[in-house]
Amino acid sequence: MAKNNAAFVRHQLIEEQAPPITERGVVKWVRENLFSSPFNVIMTLLSLWVIYSIIAGVAPWFINGVWNANSVRDCYDILDGATGACFAVLKERFPQLIYGFKYPSTEYWRPNTAVILLLFALAPILFRKLPRKFLLFSLIYPFLAYWLIWGGTPLVPVVAFLGFVIGIYCFRRFSANAFALGAIIGVIAANIFWVLGGYVVDANETFLALQAVPSRDMGGFMLNILLGTIAVALSIPLGILLALGRKSNMPIIKWICVLFIEFIRGVPLITLLFVANVILAFFLPPETSIDLILRVIVMMTFFNAAYIAEVVRGGLAALPSGQYEAANSLGLDYSKSMRFIILPQALKISIPGIVNTCVGMLKDTTLVSIISMFDLVGMIRGPILSSTSWNGVYWELFGAAATIFFVVCFSVSKYSQWLERQLETSNR
Amino acid sequence: MSTSISSERETFRLSMLLNDKRYRSYTFQAFALFVLICVVAYLGKNLVENLAAAGLNISYGFLGEASGYDINQRLIEYSSQSSHLRAAFVGILNTLLVAFLGCITATILGITAGILRLSNNWIVAKLMSIYVEIFRNVPVLIWILIINSIFLAVLPQPRAFKGENPEASMLWDMFAFTGRGIYAPKPLFLEGSVVVVGTFILSILAIFALRRYARHKLYSEGRLINTLWPSLALFVIPTVLIFYALGSPIGLEYPELKGFNFKGGIYARGGLISLWFALSIYTGAFIAEVVRAGILSVNEGQTEAAAALGLRPNFVMNLVVLPQALRVIVPPLISFYLNITKNSSLALAVGYMDITGTLGGITLNQTGRAIEAILLLMLFYLIISLGISAIMNIYNRSIMLKER
Amino acid sequence: MKKTIFFGALAVAGLAAGIVSAGTLDDVKARGKLNCGVSTGVPGFAQPDANGVWQGFDIAVCRAVAAAVLNDSDAIEFVPTTGKTRFTSLASGEIDMLARNTTWTMSRDVDLKFEFIGVNYYDGQGFMVKASTGITSAKSPDIDGVTVCIQTGTTTELNLADHFRSIGMSYEPLPVESGAEAVTQYMAGACDMFTTDRSALAARRANMETPEDHVLLPEIISKEPLGPLVRHGDNDWADVVRWTLNALITAEELGVTSANIEEMAKGTNNPEMNRLLGSEGNLGEMLNLDADWAKRAISVAGNYGEIFEANIGSGTIIGLARGVNAMWTDGGLIYSPPFR
Repeated sequence: MAKNNAAFVRHQLIEEQAPPITERGVVKWVRENLFSSPFNVIMTLLSLWVIYSIIAGVAPWFINGVWNANSVRDCYDILDGATGACFAVLKERFPQLIYGFKYPSTEYWRPNTAVILLLFALAPILFRKLPRKFLLFSLIYPFLAYWLIWGGTPLVPVVAFLGFVIGIYCFRRFSANAFALGAIIGVIAANIFWVLGGYVVDANETFLALQAVPSRDMGGFMLNILLGTIAVALSIPLGILLALGRKSNMPIIKWICVLFIEFIRGVPLITLLFVANVILAFFLPPETSIDLILRVIVMMTFFNAAYIAEVVRGGLAALPSGQYEAANSLGLDYSKSMRFIILPQALKISIPGIVNTCVGMLKDTTLVSIISMFDLVGMIRGPILSSTSWNGVYWELFGAAATIFFVVCFSVSKYSQWLERQLETSNR
Repeated sequence: MSTSISSERETFRLSMLLNDKRYRSYTFQAFALFVLICVVAYLGKNLVENLAAAGLNISYGFLGEASGYDINQRLIEYSSQSSHLRAAFVGILNTLLVAFLGCITATILGITAGILRLSNNWIVAKLMSIYVEIFRNVPVLIWILIINSIFLAVLPQPRAFKGENPEASMLWDMFAFTGRGIYAPKPLFLEGSVVVVGTFILSILAIFALRRYARHKLYSEGRLINTLWPSLALFVIPTVLIFYALGSPIGLEYPELKGFNFKGGIYARGGLISLWFALSIYTGAFIAEVVRAGILSVNEGQTEAAAALGLRPNFVMNLVVLPQALRVIVPPLISFYLNITKNSSLALAVGYMDITGTLGGITLNQTGRAIEAILLLMLFYLIISLGISAIMNIYNRSIMLKER
Repeated sequence: MKKTIFFGALAVAGLAAGIVSAGTLDDVKARGKLNCGVSTGVPGFAQPDANGVWQGFDIAVCRAVAAAVLNDSDAIEFVPTTGKTRFTSLASGEIDMLARNTTWTMSRDVDLKFEFIGVNYYDGQGFMVKASTGITSAKSPDIDGVTVCIQTGTTTELNLADHFRSIGMSYEPLPVESGAEAVTQYMAGACDMFTTDRSALAARRANMETPEDHVLLPEIISKEPLGPLVRHGDNDWADVVRWTLNALITAEELGVTSANIEEMAKGTNNPEMNRLLGSEGNLGEMLNLDADWAKRAISVAGNYGEIFEANIGSGTIIGLARGVNAMWTDGGLIYSPPFR
């Protein structure tokens, strides 16, 4: 009825149009992400050029790679002047790169099993959702791994393990009354058991024995993993103790910890390894001979512990002082308040830092190649590069070493980032 | 009441040393001290006995003897007739040199990569995160070795510069990039050069004064003075005028190919270059992570507020975000600088004669004085580390104060 | 071995007993293993093969000593040492003897308190250059400013400095940790010249792809008598090692080889051979060993000459001529005091 005065009013909605081509799909993404400003255009082109030149440089080398040859000369013959890698060295020396050149080849399953079991042993520590019972396996694991890797009779680790069990049992039993008394009784009980067990072990050297492999025969990437894992496992408790000591209000304890931490952090790891390798023997009684690998482990543990102590100290400092006061006001003594209130929270904060430190430790195990141990890098720089057949195959070997380390360290640090996120959400 | 207190005081029993909280800490400390003294005494006793049994002694006399070996890269005069002590000094300076250079380039690299990693440009951000992950997750020793071999393989050797039709040529006839190192012209200071250098320093001081004055004007009167062009003019003109007025007293000594190697000019050996490069690129990856975390830690509101004020993106970054992010970035940066210094001890893998290579390497090998040399070596690193952290802590505190 | 790894935790528990240090010979016998310090890898002299078994000229000395003392040439712990660690390892007792291209010098003998028990290879420091450089002498004025790769931790650094000082020319030292790396650097062109003991140079050159492109310069700039060494002060042990080496040398002089040793040991007309092989006299007893010690030492890999030929001699890829290392009867320097 009412006349429509307006010149034009659309009565129905226009059909939805597709956005202009520049505002959708790949084009939009490319325009916004790669070519949004002149500067970005330059950066994009520059990046593409970098990627192109890397690929152009590496691809022929990689694709032409020779996998089947007996020596570097064979490689050159097969390549016949073309650019190409000589991956045959990796194929031929793979066991040496991984296990060193002296670990008996029939026993390779043992370190392999130990590594797989390590994942199982770590799982309950890292994933809180798993049943707590699995922690028992984590406790047994070090002794099992010792037997698997070094061989010999399983009685040795069994006796050692039982000694710890007895010691801890006695400590639990008696420490209710007096802490010091409990500790002393625990140590004595464990020692008595170890002495007695020593006779049993000596009498049954061959009981269920695996072929014994001395520490000196360990090598390759296995040695890196071995050193890294042991040093990390030992240094975390030591680092926590050092951090607590540094925060302690007992001046002497505090200064001992401060001196230790600052000294270790102030010198490069390589000098500590020189100490282990060159001069430590002068500081020990003349009749002892401690294996080089053990000396190195001790030094690496100290080194890593000092760094972990600083990370944990950061975690302790980040905790609001209300937590300390709350624990005190509940009447908890020092050890209880630390165990139940402070450390669980502080450690949660410091987990990413601890993981970073430990990845650093694993990488630093390559330094043992400088003190004539044949780890992955040591194998390459020593026996493989100096061998007649593979003299001068440099890039392939170091590329492989870098790849192996990258895969391991990258997965560990990715995992730590994931863990960080998990913990973050649980906090809110 | 008072009797109970006094009686408590009097009935101090020995067991209270273990069970009473007030005294227990003394027992612990005494015990710890006792154990520490025992351990030190035990180690000392063993050392003395072992040395006596081997007929050796601890003596630093070897430091005064002629070293008998040559060092290629050196900042101070040294020959095989110089003492071991001087060799150690050459090493110390070399360590400091590579650490200093490494810190600078690692910082530049790290900050660039950290900022670019947050860039909107997808490809750049991805490239940077690949760089960071690859370099962070592979041991630095492997990087040093790989970069050294890349360096050797990619750059031409000096003999490639020889002949009528050389395969390689020098850059502007001044720089020569060879697999053995980089040669650059060396300034020659002739008579009158002091005046030129003095003028240059004075003009730099003048630039600082000008900027200060400009800032003062800005804050007190709100007048913005453009300092860019006057600064540039101050930087260039007086020095150039004096330089030509005095008849070019500073010349350049160009490297020249003679025999097997270039002669003259500044020669940075391959070991130095590859160690420097490897340390920077490795540590740069770590710094990039820290820079990224630092930037992300700055509240988004800050960026938005700055944008609302109409600042352009690079001003937002330089004037608002970075200064706040520095608070988070600087403390870990200090430990990365320390790491560079400590990692420079891996120089011996590429034949760069740092302190580990001279005192802890050849001197140790030639004299057999392992204990003395290693203790001195550790002492040096300890002093450096404590020194750097002290300086950096002061700096750290100064930016913290400004921020509040 | 498990005792060593267990020592830290269980020393108190008696599971790991320290070795009572009555004398190195007794220690070795009690341990049942000889700890022998070797280099980390010099082709022909000491190098693990593809199976991880150590082979080489220096290794043979270790094996002979182990056979003489322990009746088992494999009862050896080969401890790889670097230039930095070799002397401290020996001084601290980690190794019983060092058989690692070590030059006998006065200061090492007197100041560092070691006892060189003899010389198993007379060497001298030489130079290798690429043939394309056209250099024929290490004294020619052409070599001014040359870059030289040296292996650190040896006497070569000092000799090199002395040599260039005496000819009044400049050079660029490029110190490298190991021999293998020195070769890699030399091949990549990081240095024009590679210097080390001439035997090692020959070994490295033989290992190269095209050995004919590299020349050894005629100059030998130092005397490098290489030999095994032990600690000062333990004369009984030093005697065992010294006379084991001498037994290998004497065996060559007398014509005892691994092939005929069984026959010879039954007794011959030669009284010295009989004393050596234990069918006459009580030389073994004097060393606190049994009568067959020398026979066992020689049966491992034969006499000195056989060991030489098998590891570094002209038949091998390394191809060293006997030269001054020929028996004294052939005009060389290899000479053993009599077994009497």
